[in-house]
Amino acid sequence: MEIILAIGIGVLTASGVWLLFRPRTFQVIIGLSLISYAVNLFIFSVGGVRVGAAPVLDPAVTDTSGYADPLPQALVLTAIVIGFAMTALFLVVLLASRGLTGTDHVDGEEPKA
Amino acid sequence: MSGVSTHLVVAPIVLPLMAAALTLLLDERQRALRVAVSFSATVGLLLISAILLFTVSGSSSVVYQLGDWPAPFGIVLVVDRLSAMMVALSSTLAIAVLVFSLARWDRAGPRFHALFLLLLAGLNGAFLTGDLFNLFVFFEVLLAASYGLVLHGSGAPRVKAGLRYIAINLAASFLFLLAVSLIYGVAGTLNMADLAQRVPHIAQSDRAVFEIAGALLGMAFLIKAGMWPLGFWLPPTYSAASAPAAALFAVMTKVGVYATLRMSFLFFGPDAGASTDFGAPWLLLGGTLTVAMGTVGVLAARTMSRIAGFCVLISSGAVLAVIGHGGEAALSGALYYMLSSTLAVAAFFLLIELLNRARGSTAPAVGQPVFADEYRDPYDDGPPTDEVGVIVPAAIALLSGGFILCALLLAGMPPLSGFIGKFAIMAGLMKGETTSTSWALIAVLTLSSFAAIVALMRVGIEVFWAPTDRATPRVRSVEFAAVAGLLIVCMVITIDGALVLRYTDETVAWLHRPHNYVGAVLGSSAAREVPP
Repeated sequence: MEIILAIGIGVLTASGVWLLFRPRTFQVIIGLSLISYAVNLFIFSVGGVRVGAAPVLDPAVTDTSGYADPLPQALVLTAIVIGFAMTALFLVVLLASRGLTGTDHVDGEEPKA
Repeated sequence: MSGVSTHLVVAPIVLPLMAAALTLLLDERQRALRVAVSFSATVGLLLISAILLFTVSGSSSVVYQLGDWPAPFGIVLVVDRLSAMMVALSSTLAIAVLVFSLARWDRAGPRFHALFLLLLAGLNGAFLTGDLFNLFVFFEVLLAASYGLVLHGSGAPRVKAGLRYIAINLAASFLFLLAVSLIYGVAGTLNMADLAQRVPHIAQSDRAVFEIAGALLGMAFLIKAGMWPLGFWLPPTYSAASAPAAALFAVMTKVGVYATLRMSFLFFGPDAGASTDFGAPWLLLGGTLTVAMGTVGVLAARTMSRIAGFCVLISSGAVLAVIGHGGEAALSGALYYMLSSTLAVAAFFLLIELLNRARGSTAPAVGQPVFADEYRDPYDDGPPTDEVGVIVPAAIALLSGGFILCALLLAGMPPLSGFIGKFAIMAGLMKGETTSTSWALIAVLTLSSFAAIVALMRVGIEVFWAPTDRATPRVRSVEFAAVAGLLIVCMVITIDGALVLRYTDETVAWLHRPHNYVGAVLGSSAAREVPP
């Protein structure tokens, strides 16, 4: 399962980085979203990939090896919320730029042919 | 500190946060009240930072456990000499910027005060926190506010610059997150003191991963600090931003510098075992090249605001290079230089706005509104009747006086604090054995001073001596007071230079002993005994 997760993160990051360097603002925002998915999956995976393990401890059970690490899950929640909010904010600026300059090129003007 | 006064540590974050919430509740008709809230919060912040500064110069550090959770588990705030100095710097700058903006700028767009106060909350949080993930959160708070402020006043140039600024900072935030999660994966903690304690014991097989995480973290900070080649976004963004926003952003690059300084001493400092001085050669190289790029940029810049933008680069590049170079005396000088140059650049950004008004150019003023009902041009319909402060007589004489002082400070000419800072750096670099890299750094710093003089002289002649038939600019007393205040602070740290340098000496001595920080946060029992 680790290999699938790793490939998934890699593909998302690679596509995200490629889109980030594209000249249209919409491509940039999709690229940033893809990178943020990759980063969130990555944070989630640093706690170790476990299936069917609860993150919340039962005080009666003293052996913690059957539990998933809860901290990366808490971190990824924060990261998702912040990343989502920032992307939404970026979207507004993107629309403002489109409205003011009349083009969706990141430079605010069409490249001269 | 005991009892209620312990809670003062959290006040620099909570006070602006609550004031920001309060200003959001007040609408445009209650502007006076809104200004009162924002102003009293900023004054309060200045007082608190003075108290914190006074406290840490006695007892070196105060640790505040949020929610009273003990250190490696809960989030801690740590005030030591470095963070107290940075909080004091940002509050000083904030009050000048706020006073300046009262004349016109706070009405140029919606919710200026809320964004301004949130930026302060984020800045202070980033300076005070002792937890790596919490640092990320405060970075995002200050960035979110800065995204709003960079667009303040609207207009196509600002939106264009803002678009790139947001894109690059979002990418930097993702690097930060990657680094944080890698560090957690390797070390199992995000508390900075706990991490500093665990770094020497990281297994050899994991050390490479930890150092990759350190490098990613460094990239995230250095993008903010504007290090070459990560700083190309900075001059266009800062020169497009409105004057108060740009002046406040002068301290935002210093957040990157502060975080780099903190991490390099805690994680890669003298106690870090095999990772000691990891990344230092890169910081030295990058910092030197940043100063070099700033030098070229200052000479090539054709507008004053671009000159100021490149001065920001020179200022953070010099400090980064000295961090990479090492040496207590030089670093102490660099901290002093950072204080002086940040205040000077901020004063210069504010002054530029007044000078551009003198030249009859309203280029950086308010552009075409995006959301028409919310923006109005402060230059529109003649002089607004509700402007704050009387018009200063003999404005051009005062402005040119301010310009000379700014130029002396930015170029690092005697007798002002810019000179003392650069001199202290160079004296520190020449202490002990001097290598070719320290000579290169000294040469680049000297050249940058020279370039700044040339560029500022050229633009000064163009502004003040070129024949003109324009009327004298209308400069409001509050606007002038803000610039004068910043310059006076620069003069105070010149006159009290010995006192400030002693403080920075103690700061550097404290930074060089990270086990003291670890001991303060985790309790002395947890602190390892470190051989001298």
